[in-house]
Amino acid sequence: MIEIKNADKWYGNFHVLSDCSTSVTKGEVVVVCGPSGSGKSTLIKCVNGLEPIDDGEITVDGIVVTDKNTDLNQLRAKIGMVFQNFELFPHMTALENVKIGQMKVLGRNAKEAHTRAAELLQRVGLKDHAEKFPAQLSGGQQQRVAIARGLAMDPIAMLFDEPTSALDPEMINDVLDVMVELAEEGMTMMVVTHEMGFAQKVADRVIFMDEGHIVEDAPKAEFFGSPRSDRAQLFLSKILSH
Amino acid sequence: MTDFDYGIIWNNLPFLLEGLQVTFLLTILSVVGGIILGTVLALVRIAKIPVASWFAAAYVNFFRSLPLILVIFWLYFLVPLLLGRPVGSFYSVLVAFVLFEAAYYSEIIRAGISSVRSGQIAAGRAIGLTYPQTMRYIVLPQAFKAMVPVLLTQAIILFQDTSLVYVVGLKDFLVSAELIANRDQRLVEMFVFVAIVYFSICFAGSLLARRLQKRLET
Repeated sequence: MIEIKNADKWYGNFHVLSDCSTSVTKGEVVVVCGPSGSGKSTLIKCVNGLEPIDDGEITVDGIVVTDKNTDLNQLRAKIGMVFQNFELFPHMTALENVKIGQMKVLGRNAKEAHTRAAELLQRVGLKDHAEKFPAQLSGGQQQRVAIARGLAMDPIAMLFDEPTSALDPEMINDVLDVMVELAEEGMTMMVVTHEMGFAQKVADRVIFMDEGHIVEDAPKAEFFGSPRSDRAQLFLSKILSH
Repeated sequence: MTDFDYGIIWNNLPFLLEGLQVTFLLTILSVVGGIILGTVLALVRIAKIPVASWFAAAYVNFFRSLPLILVIFWLYFLVPLLLGRPVGSFYSVLVAFVLFEAAYYSEIIRAGISSVRSGQIAAGRAIGLTYPQTMRYIVLPQAFKAMVPVLLTQAIILFQDTSLVYVVGLKDFLVSAELIANRDQRLVEMFVFVAIVYFSICFAGSLLARRLQKRLET
């Protein structure tokens, strides 16, 4: 479903992605990990064209993201994205946050959008918070609203960019639970995260990145069992030791 | 103070109120027009559209480099000339204020837009909103909320500046007061009154702006 071929990207002289190739099939859950600055966030932002690449090709569901003539808005509507800092719209209630895309992009009427939004908020455990503004919600609650906002577009895949990095420890599980549920329901997911517990639980594959390269791209068991690269071994030992 | 006759104000109140009405109408219409044109200018500048953005920047710099009184004066002659018919001093002055204030409002609005986190634009685009939709539904509402006190302060300045229509003889509050003052030789009383009115309105406006600012900060 997601196909990344030889992606290259520079920020000035900094080679943020170098010759990255991988793919995600329908229903697959792929965790992307690696040290800060390894390019993992950039990689998933390229999937929906939020970041353009300088060379290579990315296709999603047969649509070439990197083609200039592609209607990116139409494509983005089909791919949900969750950000590290939630990025809920602060001037709208939780419910309105989940409604806006449905109404302005999918063209659903207010009633349909409302019903779907209420349904999704209930699903992420926030039925009673629908009328609250983001500032009145905890980080974990905000992130769950953000997930609902993405799901409201009935996406064919969901991208998560470090969804729990900005959260207090006690809230991380609320968000991870929602993500695990999604994964178990068969959602295609690409997740940038350091939560190795999540990876071990639901990932099909793990991609390890370092300095813009995809160093390791292996099934979960293989990755955690015997990572081939020294760099990944070192990373794992550091991240799993405590 | 026994020589002063403040009855002159009371006796001419309807005439003065008519002038004050012109002042208010001019202020309100100029603020609204200035904000609309200013928003367009700010959006064009931020969108980095090749020729248009350069033009918007040039426009802003041009009007910010001219004294307002000159703009009022020029447009008083230019507007009828361009339209090929007389339009009356109110409309020529209104055009001058809108064009002039738009340059200032555009800078305020541009700062307001820049104050919205870039992640908000990414979030809007990520759910499939177009760039204009993202601006309209996500960025501008947040920007305007943050800008209300500054926009109000600018409106107060504009309210004071409307007195410059004096140069083209438009009968606003100040000109109306002056006409009566000269006619009845009651300059002191009338100009004391005018000062009190301008002060009260502007002071109340500043208090309101300060309160709004405080509410935003909490």
